[in-house]
Parts: sequence; C-alpha cells; structure tokens
Amino acid sequence: MSKTSSSSRFVILSFSCVFVCIGLFETFQILLICFLKMTSHVKIRLASERVNHSVPSNNALPRFYTPGEVITGMKDFMRGHGTYVEGDSLKSSVAGVMQKVNKLICIRPLKSRYVGEIGDVVVGRVLEVQQKRWKIETNSRLDSVLQLSSVNLPGGELRRRSAEDEQMMRKHLEEGDLISAEVQSVFSDGSLSLHTRSLKYGKLGQGILMKVFPSLIKRRKNHFHQLPCGVSLIIGNNGFIWISPLEMSSNLEGNKDELETIETQTVNRSDREIMARVKNCIAALVASKMMLDDTSIMFAYEESLKYDNVKDLLDPEAMLDVAFLTEHRINYIMED
Amino acid sequence: MPGPDLLSNQGLRLDGRRPNELRRIICKLGVFTQPDGSAYLEQGNTKVLAAVYGPHHAAKSKSLQDGVVVNCQYSMATFSTGERKNRPRGDRKSLEISMHLRQALTAAIKTELYPRSQIDIYVEVLQADGGAFCASVNAATLALIDAGIPLRAYACACSASMAWLNGEPEALVDVGHVEEAAGGVVLTVASLPSTGSIGLLEQSHRLHMDYFNIVMSRAMQGCRDIEVILDKAVREHLAEGWTKQDVVTI
Repeated sequence: MSKTSSSSRFVILSFSCVFVCIGLFETFQILLICFLKMTSHVKIRLASERVNHSVPSNNALPRFYTPGEVITGMKDFMRGHGTYVEGDSLKSSVAGVMQKVNKLICIRPLKSRYVGEIGDVVVGRVLEVQQKRWKIETNSRLDSVLQLSSVNLPGGELRRRSAEDEQMMRKHLEEGDLISAEVQSVFSDGSLSLHTRSLKYGKLGQGILMKVFPSLIKRRKNHFHQLPCGVSLIIGNNGFIWISPLEMSSNLEGNKDELETIETQTVNRSDREIMARVKNCIAALVASKMMLDDTSIMFAYEESLKYDNVKDLLDPEAMLDVAFLTEHRINYIMED
Repeated sequence: MPGPDLLSNQGLRLDGRRPNELRRIICKLGVFTQPDGSAYLEQGNTKVLAAVYGPHHAAKSKSLQDGVVVNCQYSMATFSTGERKNRPRGDRKSLEISMHLRQALTAAIKTELYPRSQIDIYVEVLQADGGAFCASVNAATLALIDAGIPLRAYACACSASMAWLNGEPEALVDVGHVEEAAGGVVLTVASLPSTGSIGLLEQSHRLHMDYFNIVMSRAMQGCRDIEVILDKAVREHLAEGWTKQDVVTI
C-alpha cells in the first residue's frame, strides 16, 4: 500500500515539475507516452482488419472437385479415397484436388485426419494402459495401439515377455506420456499398430509439442532432424511436431538413472528461446498453409532472426512476412 | 389461412424481396483453428457458427460397428433473440432441432466409411432472424467439407411459406422472422439438391393438399440455389488454401 502511494506521489510531483517547466500540451504528451509504454504489450485488432494469410505462389491452380460433383462417367477407372460410385458415374465425396495414378482416381482434401501407412513416423500421446498394450492418440480417426511385444525392454534384453512385464508396464509408459514410434501395420478397421523397436524411438523427454494438420507434412526418408540453430526436430507424419533441445536427443537409451537426470535437468534460457522461435516459425508457416519440412523450417528460422523479440513473431503481419520470405527463398532454390 | 399482408399488391414481401428471392448469404470456411472443421454463415440477418470435431475414436458405449456416430448440438446464444434467452441449450426446442440436424446431416455423410468412430457437430446461433435451422444445416455442411469428411452431396436446407397475390396462391421462399410470426405456414426442407433426395421435411401449420406442390417445389428450388452459393464459397476457400501444396498427377 505504502509503495503505491509513494510512487503515485512521485508521479504527481514529477508531473507538476514538468508542467511548470514545459507547458500543458507537452506534459500531456510525455505522460501519454509513459502510459503507452506500460501497456504496449496489449494488442487489440478489429475483426474487419484481419490479415489475409494467403501467400501467392507460382503454381497454377489445379482443378478442384466438390462433394457430389461428377468426375468422370467412364467405367474403367478404379475409385480411391474421396470418391464413390453412383449409377454409372464416379462422383467426388470431398472437396479437393484429383490425384490420378494410372487408372486409380483419388480426391485429396485440404484438411483431414491422419491416415496411417506402414513405415510412417508418428508422435503420439499415451491414453490408457491396457492388458498387454498401450492405447496411443495419434490424431487419426481411431486410436492407435502399441503392443508390449513391440517395445524395447529397458536393459535391452531379448526375452519373452513374462507376467511380470505386464505389471511393470506402467513403469515404462504411463497415461499422458509422449512417444515417437513407427507404424508397423494397419488393422483391417483402419487403426494402426505402432512399434518402438529402434533406439531412436521411445519416450520423449523435455520439449514442445505442436499440432498441425497432416496434409502439410511431406513424406520423407528421414523425420528426425538436428537443425543447425540448435534444436532437434521430430516431424511426425500425423501432424505432431516435437521440438527439443539438442543435448537431450542424443541419449535416449541408457539406464534409468541417466534418463531421469536428463529429464529433470532444466533447459537453459537460450535453448528455450531458440525452441520458442522455431515454434513461432512453424506456426507462421501453418497459418499460410505451406508445406513443412526441415528446409522450409530452417529458412523460416533464418528469416525470423530480424525480429529480435521472439514474441513479436506472434503478430499476424510478422507471420505473413516470414512465410512470404520463406516461399520466396524456396522458389529461388527450386529455380536453380 | 395465410395472412393477406405477407405480399403487397405489387408482389413485394414485407422486407422488399420478391417471392422467389433468397436473402443474401455470406459464408466463410475455416474460421477456427482448433476444431477439425468450422464455418460461419449469414443468411440475411441470421448468423450461425458451426464447428466439427472428428472423426475420432468413439466411446465404447456409443460406438456402432457398421457406421459412424453423428452427434449434433444446437445452441442459441443468449443475445440471439429479441428477448434474452435464459437457457442457451438443453431446452426442449433445442434438443428437437439437434435431432433434426442429426437426421439431415446423417443423410449426407457417408457413414459406412468410419465404423467405431464419432463425429461431433456443434452449431451456435449468434443472431436468429427466422430460418435458423436452415442456416444451421448450411453452416454444418460447410464445416463438414472443411474437415474433409466425405459427403454424398451438399446438404442444403430452405424454408418456404405461402401467400395470396391477386387471388392466386404464391409461394414465398426463405421466410424471415416477421413472416414466420405473422402466422403463415412454414415448410422446411433439408435436401441433397444434386441427387434430389430429401433428408428432412417439416411443416409448422396446416396446408391444403392443393397448394402443397407449389410450396414444396419453391423450397426445393431454394435448396438448389443455396447449393450454388455454397459451392462457390467452397471453391474460393480451396483456391486460397491450396496454392502451396504439392499436387501429384501421373
């Protein structure tokens, strides 16, 4: 109480001094500027003045199909995802672009839930611990399954899973843990069976998880990236992106004590700033619906360095600027 | 008998429209980032927001073996009507409209593709000026398209009423709140216009069989006109969002 009253007294005193020295209008201006500096982190925008995030591109617009539209009347085409047969014509069931592979016609929508294929790398969250398996959420239409026989036991032995292992499941992975895994197989109803039978997959420690929609992720050979700016990135095919500091990723296996010390170690401030900047860059690319892979994220990071304050990247104008410059650079590289 | 003052001598309605004119429709897809699909639609002064979540894993008790479970929730904001609405959702009328919405949309969604999954559709009416159910169906269709859920065709809904012009019956399309309150019959049709099939048909008062065909055909024509408008909006949204993604054609 006394602190605020003394500071307000000081303000009144300084105000009166300044008033005496300069004059009424200038005093008012100075006071207004001081007041604005205190509240400068609040940004209010009108809905009618919203920034349009679409970045113009060189590609010509493809032909779009909308639900119920007839694609072709000929019978010798096979129907893929996004199409259905009515009468003797093939009709589209989603709004998107046609993908034709010889005689197979698919319509790919702009946004959809993740549809898994064998060999995809996914990042998921454990939902529940069941009898001999874990249920994992992977942004698809059904929850995925991680069998006990598909994980590496701690200690690395190759042995038959006993009843004891079933009791110890919770020690390995609990509800709420994040894991990176690979799709082993797809069940007949469409749900995925995952496995972590490699040293690079497994439970994830400290980092940032970002959820984007899966159609922005390109299928690549490698989904684990170590960016030169100092973060390690896992781009899951299901649209979950994991950003973590570099030192943590190199030591995923090892005995329990080492893992625990790594998990409780605080990440230093500079690493956290770099991770936050990468996150904001990814958000900027997603807002302008650009494809995500390690090159585009790295370009976006370099373009964003001109904004010293990481939180300035949250402005819609800054996001559009970063996305526009990244698109420009990618086109430049492609032309060469 | 419909009120005689719904149509003037020159053939103009209470808000100045012709009998076969729809109200102005403005719509936008993808207004929210959190749900899988979202849309905003304005039909005259009626403003509606729709959000779609899914398809995701259905709870054991609710899942069906052979198709997807569609859940709809219709809610009106407290500031949407002239008098403050005390209960935004859960009252009898909202529950009935939720069921109708579910019936109309289940007719359009290809449910057999997603066994054991669930789709949740939430519709919020921000301003109700007549035809809120029709605007909800249209907005929900746009939200489903935005979420990438396969549909048999667009599901459009339109209402129609009847009035007298120089002794002849004349059907009025897209009734507003004032015309509804005047006491005339209101026929609401939710259909799939490209196939011509009907998902839901509802009528408020009594209508003589002789005049039913006139009103019905006017409402179906209204659905077809709305489909053209929604299709145009979907194509604009695709053009905006597609320019950077790969297209593979072999």
